[in-house]
Amino acid sequence: MNRFRKAGSILGATIAAALAVSGCATGSAPVTDNTPITLTLATFNKFGYSDAMLAQFHTLHPNITVVQNIAATSQAAQDNMFTKLAAGSGLGDVEAVEVDWMPKLKQYSNLFVDLSTSETKGRWLDWKSASATVNGKLIGAGTDIGPEAICYRSGPFVKAGLASDPAGVAQLLTGDWNNYYAVGQQFAAKKTGTAWFDSAGATFQGLANQYQNFFEQNDGTVIATTNPDVKAAFTSVLNASATSSAHLQEWGTDWNAGLANGAWATMLCPSWMLGVISGTGPKVTDWKIANVFPNGGGNWGGSFLTVPTQGKHTAAAKELALWLTAPEQQIAAFTTTGNYPSQVAAYTDPALTGAKNPYFSNAPIGEIFAARAKAVTVTPYKGVKYAAIMQAVQDGLTRVESKKQSIDASWAQVVSDIKALS
Amino acid sequence: MIRRAVFRWSGKEGSPRRLAVSQQLGRWDVKLSPYLFVSPFFVLFALVGLFPLVYTGWVSVHDWDLIGGEGAWVGLNNFTFVLQQRQFWIALRNTLSIFLLSAIPQLIAAVTIAAVLDTNIRNKTFWRMSVLLPFIVMPVAVALIFGSMFGERYGLVNTTLAHIGVGPILWHTDPLASQVAIATMVNFRWTGYNTLILLAGMQAIPRDLYESAAIDGAGLVRRFFWITIPQLRPTVIFVIITATIGGLQIFDEPRLYDQIGLGGADQQWMTMTIYLYKLGWTQLNFGRAASVAWLLFLVIVVIGLANLAITRRIASSESA
Repeated sequence: MNRFRKAGSILGATIAAALAVSGCATGSAPVTDNTPITLTLATFNKFGYSDAMLAQFHTLHPNITVVQNIAATSQAAQDNMFTKLAAGSGLGDVEAVEVDWMPKLKQYSNLFVDLSTSETKGRWLDWKSASATVNGKLIGAGTDIGPEAICYRSGPFVKAGLASDPAGVAQLLTGDWNNYYAVGQQFAAKKTGTAWFDSAGATFQGLANQYQNFFEQNDGTVIATTNPDVKAAFTSVLNASATSSAHLQEWGTDWNAGLANGAWATMLCPSWMLGVISGTGPKVTDWKIANVFPNGGGNWGGSFLTVPTQGKHTAAAKELALWLTAPEQQIAAFTTTGNYPSQVAAYTDPALTGAKNPYFSNAPIGEIFAARAKAVTVTPYKGVKYAAIMQAVQDGLTRVESKKQSIDASWAQVVSDIKALS
Repeated sequence: MIRRAVFRWSGKEGSPRRLAVSQQLGRWDVKLSPYLFVSPFFVLFALVGLFPLVYTGWVSVHDWDLIGGEGAWVGLNNFTFVLQQRQFWIALRNTLSIFLLSAIPQLIAAVTIAAVLDTNIRNKTFWRMSVLLPFIVMPVAVALIFGSMFGERYGLVNTTLAHIGVGPILWHTDPLASQVAIATMVNFRWTGYNTLILLAGMQAIPRDLYESAAIDGAGLVRRFFWITIPQLRPTVIFVIITATIGGLQIFDEPRLYDQIGLGGADQQWMTMTIYLYKLGWTQLNFGRAASVAWLLFLVIVVIGLANLAITRRIASSESA
């Protein structure tokens, strides 16, 4: 609490918004080849853009220095983005955007530079570029996608008397979500001292991404409160959670500590989660990847790089964004953090297909995630309110997991919270 | 000086026309200069205080997208919507509760520490600097450190409590516990600051009052309650009013208390400013956010006036 400054900042934001709406358009200065400039690249979590990679860009463009700002969570990056978009200044030259909040930005496509060029045509999977295109204008260059596998710890599996090699676990978990929960029940009955999965919230994400229209219809009508699939998913994951969950809300300090201490035996594993697991829990050494996912395939997350028009060097920034999202760089990012490329040309590259991850007992991640990406059949529709609805549902799951409410009471509150978004 | 200038003009120049002009100027000078001299404050106030206030009011009666800007005029719809929301009333409750949980212990602690520092202790400057130390730490750092200390399962506080056999306290689930945790952060940061202000107030109390009281046989405690506290009243009023304004606008601590920053899954520690932020910046509904800002302003005015009435009453009863 800063007594004086906080009051100022709220009022300041008001003024900033006023300036933004009054239309202070900042033009982009043309890039002259030799003037030294610095570009800021704003990302979050782990994008896999190493210092070496940014240095390589500097060698290609000696006048451009790239500085990367990394936000701790996607949420923090999102908040920062909207605050500064409204203010009309302060954003990085290149800003990373996650797929779940892309729909909100697509409403303001005039605030972003069109990134399409002759070389970007056909660079990405169709559905990937489609989710960042507004009336033919490409406002986001795809970085990665998040095809999901299951990550598990072999130690607790052995303790519970279950198959513990990747092929055996894949066989064990082939089936729908009820099968995943049933195996979890068996596992819990053995009382290994480890939970089956981390949280109902994280598991729910896997379910939500398997429906074409889960929360909203294609025209944006909110159906979250009436769609029987949503309530069924909500109830079933919470029923399973009672015996199987570590009850640690994803991304929280306890969740991070839980991951570092190996508090759960399985988790949904989009490719970008590999970097999170190996980065948070280097002490836990028995994580493995099973080439399987409940109910077929699923994609969770994936991001884009955008170039806001408010930047001073938009032409250079566009060049940087397109260079970083070229297949070669995304393959390099994949080998450092596991973020699976969204670029079609990358999929046949031996550097990708032959990639192995030493932390996960040398799992052939190139092969596994290629198969997981092929298994994705549905492209969920995510509208303007998707992120806010998801937050309301996640809050509802957390309320039950923290034993504050019963499933029914919590669902009733979810419904009223979603109605309040209208 | 102004007058003299007028006389000199009238003395040198014979022309009645020049005289009239100069007299006119002089008259304006006398009338306007005082206002000009104090105007910088008012101009600044209008710019950074009044304008945003009025502008926020303008926003609050419109359908207003954070980025898209002004939409249709909706009258008081934003206000009626917000007032019908369960979350608004929870936010109001949380704000008042965190305010009381932080302001009262803080004031008591600050007065006590200031009284200790006011005595003849060694290394005065060292101790005075030490109490201010937490104030220098960035609020963000404070919130992050305390947020992880108050983790329910792996947090330092609960693991320490477990050693002495106290069951885990649900710092991120139970409304009261989470608000106590947030109030702790606020107290950590602000107690030292208020201590120094109160200490300055105490040092201004004439020492002969204490001496004569001591001669009359008043002990340390009696002197504290009968001389220090009554003499300190104006300073205490200042501290209470700033604490009220600041406490009701608390934002950083609840915002950074967990990874999501929207006040908890059941809005356990969602304050008014967090609710405002949620409406404006995550739902992009700036009109509704502005109406919450205005309601918060009204709440602060009401509580401020109540404060003033109470403190005045105490002051008058004292002088009578």
